[in-house]
Amino acid sequence: MLEVNGIIVKYGNRQILNQVDLHAEEGKFVGIIGPNGSGKTTLVKTINNLIKPTAGSITIDGQSLDTMSSIEIAKNIAMVSQVISINFEFTVEDVVLMGRTPYIKGAETHEDMEIVQDAMKKTRILHLKDRFVTQLSGGELQKVIIARALAQDPKILLLDEPTSHLDITNQIDILNLVKDASRKGMLVIAVMHDLNLAAYYCDKIYLIRDGDMISSGTPKEVLTPSNIKTTYNIDVEVINNSITNSLYVIPLLEPLGNHEPAFSEGI
Amino acid sequence: MPKYSGSIRSVIIALAVILLVVVVSNTAIGTTNISPVLTAKIIYMGLLEWVRGTISWTLSLIGIPFDSSALFSSIVPDNTWTDGQEKIIMGIRLPRVILAALVGAALATAGCSMQGLLKNPLADPYIIGMSSGAALGAAIGFTLMLPTQLISFIIATITIFVVYNISKVGGKVPVDTLLLAGIAISFFLSALTSFFLFFSESLHQIIYWMMGGFWNASWDKVKITMIIVLAGIGLSQRHAWNLNTMLLGEEQAQSLGVNVESVKKQVLVISALITAAAVSVSGIVGFVGLIIPHIMRNIIGPDHRGLLPASTLMGATFLVLSDTFARTFPSKVQAVLESSDIMLFQVILERVGSLQGVDLPVGIVTALFGAPFFVYLLRKRRKSLYA
Repeated sequence: MLEVNGIIVKYGNRQILNQVDLHAEEGKFVGIIGPNGSGKTTLVKTINNLIKPTAGSITIDGQSLDTMSSIEIAKNIAMVSQVISINFEFTVEDVVLMGRTPYIKGAETHEDMEIVQDAMKKTRILHLKDRFVTQLSGGELQKVIIARALAQDPKILLLDEPTSHLDITNQIDILNLVKDASRKGMLVIAVMHDLNLAAYYCDKIYLIRDGDMISSGTPKEVLTPSNIKTTYNIDVEVINNSITNSLYVIPLLEPLGNHEPAFSEGI
Repeated sequence: MPKYSGSIRSVIIALAVILLVVVVSNTAIGTTNISPVLTAKIIYMGLLEWVRGTISWTLSLIGIPFDSSALFSSIVPDNTWTDGQEKIIMGIRLPRVILAALVGAALATAGCSMQGLLKNPLADPYIIGMSSGAALGAAIGFTLMLPTQLISFIIATITIFVVYNISKVGGKVPVDTLLLAGIAISFFLSALTSFFLFFSESLHQIIYWMMGGFWNASWDKVKITMIIVLAGIGLSQRHAWNLNTMLLGEEQAQSLGVNVESVKKQVLVISALITAAAVSVSGIVGFVGLIIPHIMRNIIGPDHRGLLPASTLMGATFLVLSDTFARTFPSKVQAVLESSDIMLFQVILERVGSLQGVDLPVGIVTALFGAPFFVYLLRKRRKSLYA
């Protein structure tokens, strides 16, 4: 369904993505992992046509992004961004309604409002509907933004580190929500930092380092100690977690009790 | 239930009614006493005559001679006023009141658009250098005896295009660069204006102009301003929803299918043109474009579909009231001073001379009311500048 073939992205002279390929089908949860600055965000922005690649092609259901208008793209792809702060006193409902932008001509219809209600129900924020977005907690706000993306009724949902500033409850809450969306047929592509959450939720993982695709495949194929050593430069042990029935990545840290504080040596 | 149809629409209608009442009642106020009811009748009659004139003019264009004086005879009010009264209302006061309404509407609309576009509650229509451009135009116009209105309109428009192009980086215009470029150009233009002020023979005129006022209102000015301002207001309304989505971040808006750069460009150009049209007839009237969108955002919320028309109507109302104050207050003060026998007042009267018929620059009035109110808003909502 989504075919990304050999895209190259440059900021000035710096090459951010180097011949990246990505293939994904509807109903899948795809994770993109890699160190900070490796090009993950650039990749999702390029898929959303916010950044134009200098070479390569991106097609959705066989149709190239280049031949689609920005409104058509918005009907196919929704994006939940990394940082979002809203300083204006819109209500939750107002913000979710903005997801209908590519469909609204003039004023919103009853159908639009029903879709908005539905998105708020799915994300369990219906009770917040008349609250101002300026007064929400980080977790609530992130759900509002996801509800907005769902109201956009996309085939592909892109998430750029959707949970990195949230507590563990909210992280799981949000990933469950997104997982549900993928089970109902949406293609979810999420940039993730937590390797264990990625191992648990993703059907397929892409591992990027310095703009190069290092590895792709099932969590089991990608999350190997050697792959993680080459990209993140840390030693890990990967075990099979029988409680969750998924892989578990354990960084091989020295027990802290035996460890001298690093800064005391120099003083 | 679609949100927009409900309460916001009734607020807009209420504001429109208030504006109409304010226009008529303020036309009735002045040194010659004419009752509001009589004023309303005279204005109504004038409107009827204009409609008649338009109909026979249109018909004569296609070659049909038509005497329209019999038209609407059943709804013509009894003529109970003198020619003099009609002249005062239709020839002097009404064009001035309407011009003030148009300028207020233009400044508030442009201010509201700029605040949304720049995501900055301190933005006003002048923020990217339009007022400095217009002031320079006026200085040149007065000094070189050229048509001031035209020159200041042209220079204000050029200013905004220069600022826009300076800020352009690879086809995009980052809003912070736009602000900084605007400030830089403003300083440059102000220096040029000061230069003209220093050498000009028409120092008084230029300074009066810069304080803002409607002394020279005429139907001709009303016509030109009305065309530009009404068209601009209508066009900016079309971008209300896009401005909403852009408040969540430009990238987010783009992801929703909004062509952010094109919206930015159009909103900037529209705001610039209506501001230039307003400033070139009125001089620099401050605070309307800053305060009015602020207040309206407090009342009806940040959705530009309601906020823009509400700001437009309230801006018009506010400036009509301010202008009435500006042209009647000095006479009132004079009356108070004369009737009192306090020594100090007599001294003041001697020093200042007669205040009878003095017409204050309306820019002074709006700033005198606007600035304290703005301070009040800042104190009240310190935690968040955005309403």
